Amino acid sequence: MEILIDIKDTITVQEALDFIQAPECGGEVIFAGTVRNHTKQRPVLKLFYECYEAMAISEMQKIAAQVAEKWAVQRIAMLHAVGDKYPGDIAVVIAVASTHRGVAFDACEFAIDMLKETVPIWKKEFFADGEIV
Amino acid sequence: MGILLFGAAKDIAGVPVLEKPEHIRDVATLRDWLYEAYPSLRQLRSVMIAVNRAYAADSQVISATDEIAVIPPVSGG
Repeated sequence: MEILIDIKDTITVQEALDFIQAPECGGEVIFAGTVRNHTKQRPVLKLFYECYEAMAISEMQKIAAQVAEKWAVQRIAMLHAVGDKYPGDIAVVIAVASTHRGVAFDACEFAIDMLKETVPIWKKEFFADGEIV
Repeated sequence: MGILLFGAAKDIAGVPVLEKPEHIRDVATLRDWLYEAYPSLRQLRSVMIAVNRAYAADSQVISATDEIAVIPPVSGG
């Protein structure tokens, strides 16, 4: 399985899609996580993401390894943004390519669920009312 | 080496790196010491410790050259 893992200021869906496309794959599934303009009905101005980069990369590699063990996936891209992010900005992209779509859907969902559980990245929410959580 | 702090743990301690006291030899002792020094850490849902960039069990031994980090609940994605 080919793997692309990256953490940087700005990420795009296109770079993930470009990486996973392969002639032998007939199903590409992409999850893009974007910044919401509210949390529980309170307006959000921006998010700030920080990470423990060396460990975050390592944990993302572990997730990719688990995907390779569980499913016949040919390619996976896992990208996460850091720094200030505003409503509509892309915070995370998981892209998976497989011969058929079924495994790609399952692997993509697994990868984003695991990322949210184990990868050391933290967000701070800046609310319109001035509170920072 | 120092102890790296991130997210809410960094905010609670007020610094990004702490000196590791000499007597700390394992993860459980480190966590107890952190809770003692910064009681607000107890309000967090979890406080994981990473040793050399991997989550560590309470029993894991810490040596002087290990990279230690305090990992509050993650919130990526």
